[in-house]
Amino acid sequence: MRYMMALGGISVIIAIVLIAFYLLYVVLPMFKPARIEQVASYPLPGGASTETLYYAMEEQHEIGLRVTADGSVVFFRTMDGSLARRQFLAEETLANFTAFAAGDPSQRLLAAGLDDGTALLALHEYHVTYPNDVRVIAPRIDWPLGKIPVKVDESGRAITMIAAQSDQDQTTIAALTEDYRLLLVNRVEEESFLGDEGEVKITKSEIPVTDKVTYLLMDVEHRELYVAERGGIISYYDISDKAEPKLTQRVQAVTTPTEITSLAFLSGGISILVGDSHGNITQWFPVRDAENNYTLEKIRSFNSQSARIVAIAPEYFRKGFLAVDDDGYSGIYHATAHRTVKLEKLSDNKPTRLAIAPRANAALVENNAGMLEFWRIDNEHPEISWSSIWGKVWYESRERPEYIWQSSSASSDFEPKFSLTPLVYGTLKAAFYAMLFAVPMAIMGAIYTAYFMSARMRGIVKPTIEIMEALPTVILGFLAGLWFAPFVEQNMPGLFLCLFLLPISIIIAAYGWSRLPDPVRHKIPEGWEAALLLPVIIGAGVISFGLGQPLELALFAGNMPMWLTDELGITYDQRNSLVVGLAMGFAVIPTIFSISEDAVYGVPRHLTTSSLALGATPWQTMVRVVLLTASPGIFSAIMIGLGRAVGETMIVLMATGNTPVMDLNIFEGFRALSANIAVEMPESEVGSTHYRILFLAGLVLFLATFMFNTVAEIVRQRLRVKYSSL
Amino acid sequence: MRIKNWFDSGEPYIWLNAGAVSLSVIMVAGLIMLIMARGLGHFWPADIAAFDYTDSDGAVISLAGEFVDDESVSRARLAVKDNRIPADMEIINRRLVKIGNRDYFGLDYRWVLDVAMNNLSYPATIMAVERREWGNFYGYLKAIKENGEVVNVAPGWEVFQRYISASAAISEEIHHIEKDLIGAVNYKMERLRLTEKGLALKNEPAESPAYRDIESQRVALQGEYDGFTDRLAGLYEKLDRASFIALLADGQEAEIRFAKVVRAYRPNAMGVTDKIIFYFEKLWEFVSDDPREANTEGGIFPAIFGTILMVMIMAVLVTPFGVVAAIYLREYARQGPLTRLIRIAVNNLAGVPSVVYGVFGLGFFVYFLGGTIDELFFVESLPAPTFGTPGIMWASLTLAILTVPVVIVSTEEGLARVPRAVREGSLALGATKAETLWRTVLPMTASAMMTGLILAVARAAGEVAPLMLVGVVKLAPSMPLDGNFPFLHLDRKFMHLGFHIYDVGFQSPNVEAARPLVYATAFLLVLIIICLNLTAIKIRNTLREKYRAAEQN
Repeated sequence: MRYMMALGGISVIIAIVLIAFYLLYVVLPMFKPARIEQVASYPLPGGASTETLYYAMEEQHEIGLRVTADGSVVFFRTMDGSLARRQFLAEETLANFTAFAAGDPSQRLLAAGLDDGTALLALHEYHVTYPNDVRVIAPRIDWPLGKIPVKVDESGRAITMIAAQSDQDQTTIAALTEDYRLLLVNRVEEESFLGDEGEVKITKSEIPVTDKVTYLLMDVEHRELYVAERGGIISYYDISDKAEPKLTQRVQAVTTPTEITSLAFLSGGISILVGDSHGNITQWFPVRDAENNYTLEKIRSFNSQSARIVAIAPEYFRKGFLAVDDDGYSGIYHATAHRTVKLEKLSDNKPTRLAIAPRANAALVENNAGMLEFWRIDNEHPEISWSSIWGKVWYESRERPEYIWQSSSASSDFEPKFSLTPLVYGTLKAAFYAMLFAVPMAIMGAIYTAYFMSARMRGIVKPTIEIMEALPTVILGFLAGLWFAPFVEQNMPGLFLCLFLLPISIIIAAYGWSRLPDPVRHKIPEGWEAALLLPVIIGAGVISFGLGQPLELALFAGNMPMWLTDELGITYDQRNSLVVGLAMGFAVIPTIFSISEDAVYGVPRHLTTSSLALGATPWQTMVRVVLLTASPGIFSAIMIGLGRAVGETMIVLMATGNTPVMDLNIFEGFRALSANIAVEMPESEVGSTHYRILFLAGLVLFLATFMFNTVAEIVRQRLRVKYSSL
Repeated sequence: MRIKNWFDSGEPYIWLNAGAVSLSVIMVAGLIMLIMARGLGHFWPADIAAFDYTDSDGAVISLAGEFVDDESVSRARLAVKDNRIPADMEIINRRLVKIGNRDYFGLDYRWVLDVAMNNLSYPATIMAVERREWGNFYGYLKAIKENGEVVNVAPGWEVFQRYISASAAISEEIHHIEKDLIGAVNYKMERLRLTEKGLALKNEPAESPAYRDIESQRVALQGEYDGFTDRLAGLYEKLDRASFIALLADGQEAEIRFAKVVRAYRPNAMGVTDKIIFYFEKLWEFVSDDPREANTEGGIFPAIFGTILMVMIMAVLVTPFGVVAAIYLREYARQGPLTRLIRIAVNNLAGVPSVVYGVFGLGFFVYFLGGTIDELFFVESLPAPTFGTPGIMWASLTLAILTVPVVIVSTEEGLARVPRAVREGSLALGATKAETLWRTVLPMTASAMMTGLILAVARAAGEVAPLMLVGVVKLAPSMPLDGNFPFLHLDRKFMHLGFHIYDVGFQSPNVEAARPLVYATAFLLVLIIICLNLTAIKIRNTLREKYRAAEQN
């Protein structure tokens, strides 16, 4: 029996510990460092005699692809380097390969420049079948524009550098010829209305460049072209009009003698990553200024590596990338989180080429020893860092660093914005306005109820407050959102009038009562003031709201919310912090009330009676003796109330617009942590970063309330000891 | 001077403090009265007004509908130039009219300006028709059609009502066949499919008799099913036969099939007794019927049922735990740092935000425990989860943890109040500690436990945030308790009154139409919770007095 009981007692502690630890258990993997290991190493598939131009892998990272300088494409098994298939890119031409580049990696586009001024585009495709429940991947090469190369240079000079993008609508090639002309060719297949062969429209133009060009990059939207030169200069061209490319800006990306040693797009094609000869990697993207002009800005830099960056391999779907340097170090980075997830030296050989798997869980590295290494990468949550959760982050396509919470979007290469700061801000804002209303109301009420009220009336008031505490918050939230918010919008002057009129009318009524002849006053015993005030307050309320409309006509041109916006520039949302503050204040009042009432009521009688005997008025006794003694209890009441306000969900969910803005404006909404969890949790994928971030939000709430409650509890226990010693 | 003295005495501050209490009481009372008035008022058959209305483009139209709300707004708030409003009128009265006929007007509700209203009347013959789709219809009955032919040119009201009740009877039968009978067949079919898949997973040879058995059962079920569908086809044909023609207020003709009609009434012709009877019929429909039209019409029975069932399962789970923990804390544990820690822990548990429990429940119960259960016992239905998805059991369990502090605190209080003399008397008579506890102390604390349980139930009934994560849905296809073996389906999702309020009030496509029902649901929930709380307070107070008396003796 005894042990069974002990078991029951202990299980309560276990439950608490379990909640905390389970939350931690889900949250912690986010902060686990990445792992990277070499699982295989083999001689270059297809022979080391020709130089490698490019490596890639398919989704499952079972099959790898190697493009060599003789125009052959070697598909191989990544586990052992055995040959899966070999194909030639240039089947219909005798010209030689002089340049090679890949398009956006997720579109699997390969582009080759030939020595007769033509270019060839190809796609590497994989057909997956499951005969007998075993996955079989059949690789092949496709030619989206046909096997015959496209004419780029009319004069037929060899192409020395190329950049290309191609999708269903259009194809754009930028090619540098051996006589230093940068040519731009755009090919649009215009769909004819009859549905048969569409007309092909070709636009060509030429961009003047120097002989120092080292890298060419074109974004996946065919809008921007980046040209890097020796001397660390990057030219940023706007090529949205293919007939007239415009040089937007020339930027000194690295200062001499440092040189740019690799250049790559981050996934999504908005940011470029610049690796230099000193091991630094910087992220740049075009930023729009007030006049709608775009300038290339350096957003952040990563200085973890110290030798020449040989290659940068951006992840396909996240904003992370992998970089290897001459010392053999490889670094896993995440751009948005500004985090070096992992830095490790895996071998003593110098890497020369690098490719990352589409799911960012494997990599291929060619080294100067003529071997190809196959790495496994375990990197589930690179996007989380202290700065990405709590700090200001400069997100792509934004004008400045900001705190943003935006967990999902329709497009797949979207940059998730996981800043909890606006949510915590929202929670605190809600709690602040709620406490602003609840603390004075509850404490004043508690003082009166515990000390001045007659016992019989106390017997009515206390259960009423208990009922108030028991009211489900979903009902308060629903009333706040559907009834009170429109009511406030309609009667705003009346509401503010109430604020003045209520205390004034109470004092006037009280004074009037004190001037009444004694026989009348003695009809009502002491301690029933609150009951006497009921009609006064109702009357004052009716008068306030009745006067509201004429007042609004006279002072605010008949529409106060509009007046606020037009005259004071204060944005007004219907579901705003004022509504939440009052509704949540309503929910918190009983909590604070009950505990502080207990504290005030518990003040030993002999203290008050002796104070009164010494000639102090009841109010003096109250302020100087009772409140002072009970203040720790009142403090703990406020703490517990605060804990409740911070964790409250339904009211903030229903009575605000739930937009994560950071603004102290009382007439604007916010998005609170708790509401955010309730809204997004059911939709988040189990085990994803989003899921874990929401658990982190839960943990933050848990810890915050745990802290408030523990402090309150300790203060209260001390107070109990103090009362018993008095 | 006198005023200064009065201020110095501190009187005004006392009055101000008293004002805070009064204001709180007024707020509570006002809130409850507001919900009550709006929630209960909805079922009253309001008179239908017919009037001519000058629209903003100057055209005069005839409208009919119920006045729902009225207000006076300033000209600036209307924010439109309007020729109908006299230039010197600053405050404009307008009314919200439920014009119904959503299929004709697009919206159920419309604000009309008093100044543009003319010829207001309440014709006795105008009727309101509650439909299964498109909300209410307001208009005048003109003719009844059967099989596309007019059979009654000026039908009497009784004839019309007979048609409605005839089609209602058919509808009910169809509902019974579709939901209960075919539902049962489908359920059995699904069980068969799972059994078969289970056999396949156990590598049972294809020719084993178990398969043949399943096949024969399936054939039998299919036969049953075909029989039902035949019956349904006949019923549907009968149902679709009759329709009636009605005139809208503006003279348009509308044809409505009786199959779509729930009820029709003429409020302007009804006496007070009729209206009261009608009122209670509607009230009964509200608590006993299924919801219609995306939860904006009809009843909330599944939500009531789901709430009660969830709370009952929770009570079964929470009582033993809470009581045992309290007994341990009060009777067995040495009062030291550990018990102090447990107390702080219990108080903390009470203060943890409910949504955190939801997060925990979803992660630990649903995905972790539920996922494990599925892998061990429900392999045949994978990858479709059985317990690895939110459901009523996990919801109850989550709420059980959430409410366990309430039970602990209340039981402890009860144990503390048992007079020392009682225990010592029992021990002196030779009873062991366990016997004393079991035979004397616990029976005396029964009502304290009851109080705790009631408070826990009240809290659980009103809690929504955690439920949104662990099992509540806006419309449950089947109840967690039904006629199919094993009757209680702990893995099913359920509907809940609190969530219903949130969902209908905030996620509904037609919030205006749903609003009265949300108030009614809110009133029901508040009523339940207030009753539970008052009961608990009552029990507790009697208990305190009883022990005070016992101690004094």
